Amino acid sequence: MAFPDRIERTVEVAHSPGKVWAALTTAEGLAAWFGNEATIELRPGGAARMRWASGGTVEMRVERVDEPTVFGFTWQINGLPEDDPRRTYVEFTLEPAGAGTRLKVVESGFAQLPQDAHGKAYDGNTEGWARELGELAGYLDAA
Amino acid sequence: MPHDIEAVAEQVFTALADPTRRAILAALASGGPATATDLAGRLPITRQAIARHLALLAAAGLVQAEPGERRRVRYRVRAAPMQVAQQFLAALARDWDSALGALSDHLDRGA
Repeated sequence: MAFPDRIERTVEVAHSPGKVWAALTTAEGLAAWFGNEATIELRPGGAARMRWASGGTVEMRVERVDEPTVFGFTWQINGLPEDDPRRTYVEFTLEPAGAGTRLKVVESGFAQLPQDAHGKAYDGNTEGWARELGELAGYLDAA
Repeated sequence: MPHDIEAVAEQVFTALADPTRRAILAALASGGPATATDLAGRLPITRQAIARHLALLAAAGLVQAEPGERRRVRYRVRAAPMQVAQQFLAALARDWDSALGALSDHLDRGA
């Protein structure tokens, strides 16, 4: 069994790198094809967020901004608890191809080893629920 | 890449491939820590078979034994290996093909 660490896709689109760049890096662009709502602070270390009408939200951290050729961000691995530090890195690379653009997306980091897959440190869920139920009880007591 | 992560994910998927172990893990996940006797009352499986599967799951690190009431051992699901398996599933579930198709459509609509 091979643990997939990296996803890679390349597509060609009949639009200039500038147009593709705007679709990838502006709130209007992201909201038009990726999420249903988006905000983005386009600088390394900037925060971005997408929200879907179905209810999901994803927080991203902008990592790389080389207009109009490389845009990179990190985001959380789907399904892991919110306080889990593991992130995958997504990088879009735009390259002129005739009148259009060759767009490559690479997402890597799925095969990160958690700090301690066997130990106690990552026994998140059960302890997490116990902790949250404790907080709820404290909140109700205070009310 | 460490070999470990593969081994952990493989143990999770092997456990889940067996319907009895899947039922036991599902019962522990939904109802919380339980003894073999508790589980035998809830599942159409003998207590002996449940105890045997729990021992295997504990040896693989997928459940954790802890002291329960009246000196019975209780078992709880360990989240850590499940989260490793989830990373594997997240890679399979990441649908870049649909996203890139939506991007192309968006651009074609005259962005």
